[in-house]
Amino acid sequence: MDSHKSIQNLSIPELDVDAVRKDFPILQTTIHDKPLIYLDNAASSQKPEFVIKTINNYYSYEHSNVHRGIHHLSQQATQQYEQAREKVANFIGANHSHEIIWTRGTTEAINLVAYSWGQNNLKQGDVIIISTCEHHSNIVPWQLICELTGATLRHLPLDSHDKSFNLNKLAEMLTPNTRMIALTHMSNVLGTITDLSKVVELARHNGSLVLADGAQSVPHIPVNVAELGIDFLAFSGHKMLGPTGIGCLYGREELLEDMPPYQGGGDMIETVTMSQSTWNQLPYKFEAGTPNIAGAIGLGAAVDYLEHLGMESVRAHSHKLNSYAISALSEIDQISIYGPRNPSVRGGVFSFNHADIHPHDLGQVLDSKGVAIRAGHHCAQPLMAELGVGSTARASFYIYNTQSEIDELCAAIKSAGEFFSK
Amino acid sequence: MLDELYKEIILDHYKSPRNRGKASKVDFHAHGVNPLCGDDIELTLTVDRDIIEEVKFDGHGCSISQASASILTETLVGLTLDQAHTKIEHVKSLFKGNDIVTEDLGDIEALQGVRKFPVRIKCATLAWNALQLSLQNSATGQSTAYSDE
Repeated sequence: MDSHKSIQNLSIPELDVDAVRKDFPILQTTIHDKPLIYLDNAASSQKPEFVIKTINNYYSYEHSNVHRGIHHLSQQATQQYEQAREKVANFIGANHSHEIIWTRGTTEAINLVAYSWGQNNLKQGDVIIISTCEHHSNIVPWQLICELTGATLRHLPLDSHDKSFNLNKLAEMLTPNTRMIALTHMSNVLGTITDLSKVVELARHNGSLVLADGAQSVPHIPVNVAELGIDFLAFSGHKMLGPTGIGCLYGREELLEDMPPYQGGGDMIETVTMSQSTWNQLPYKFEAGTPNIAGAIGLGAAVDYLEHLGMESVRAHSHKLNSYAISALSEIDQISIYGPRNPSVRGGVFSFNHADIHPHDLGQVLDSKGVAIRAGHHCAQPLMAELGVGSTARASFYIYNTQSEIDELCAAIKSAGEFFSK
Repeated sequence: MLDELYKEIILDHYKSPRNRGKASKVDFHAHGVNPLCGDDIELTLTVDRDIIEEVKFDGHGCSISQASASILTETLVGLTLDQAHTKIEHVKSLFKGNDIVTEDLGDIEALQGVRKFPVRIKCATLAWNALQLSLQNSATGQSTAYSDE
């Protein structure tokens, strides 16, 4: 099936990439006297002027601490901060804005669930299932809570052929003791997109919950938690045009209500005496201390920007670049691409290796040509072991990347090949 | 710019590594890993009456880490263990730019290009750090691999 065509047939407006590029000040700069070709978006995206200005304006003219302030500035800051929460809730299809907990990022969001939900719900004999292709942030928190509670951590192996999730295998692994299935929604190494609806269907039969690591998916494809039926979603602001240091945990209301606080302090309490305290309502129960106000407002602006483009258009652009990148990279004999070839089941994250060049050397040569890629294990050492490599090179695309930049990437790879064979 | 890092001598050591393999008699064994980039180096040494007679290396990694290990094997043969300690310290500080060259260092000089590429310094120092740890461990009877994290 020509899925590219079928997506275009839905008459989704195409991104005006030239206009988008003008919105990003950093794309007007040069690196080593060459125009910047930024292909490290899976690590962190660049920021549009709209987001930068919103944060700048907040700090210049609107800053104050949120909540409980009597004065004008505090009320205004609180309003903007809570509006940002509503924007994010709408963006991912949450039923209530209080189902959005601000965190520092995906990592903290997963840790919050692992500790808070885990300490109340896990005991010896219980099982948590993750997969071999998780980011360390969706592995280590579960290892820690399993150690504390005596629960067992099991991992879903990948299909040996295309390294996708084998959902039949997942069905076999599930038992009444399975309490949580925590999977990446889009692999940060392979780009593979997980069929979360199917995972949820399987989980429901066993009474297990489902947490999705949305760090790579939320910025790139439309994500609707209600439609997917997932229980928790963790994601980061800085990979979706927002600032660093802000991210979200979405949790279903009744689950969050039952979970104990994750950290104690100001803002998360209702009353405090010297002997005990009672907790504030959702979402504040999980937000101790002065929050990252500018971060939340900046992320709200990033959501505005993405919604202005339209997430279907964002996905269609990614699909177009993926198809192009797969064929362009495949034309270089020495390059092996990891992950699925079908652009419909993957996001714009390409891990690859050059037969003759170590990823770090490749990254170094590309950098000298203004092309920013990442080289390393991408915080996914178990997956590297599964792939049988120590590290890979990784190019990842976003809304401002173009086919001609992929051409430049390929030309730079070829020239690196020549450099190391001279 | 790239030529400062990838000098011809470095690329030559990378493509035609010296002393690859395992020492005929293993008196010292060192293992260094850099989990971030997956570099992995094993060094084996034959030492006779305090003099290093043979150094071999094995493993995989980027050109800088492999070339540096190759250069290490050539540098340390013939030295006493004490001299090797001193040499390793000196070379490490050269890579970091903390020291200046006061003697003819042979191929090691070519590795000084890493100074301008801070993230690559650990590639150049991996083999040297691993061997230093192994020599220190053998003095205290411990056995741990060097891990650059």
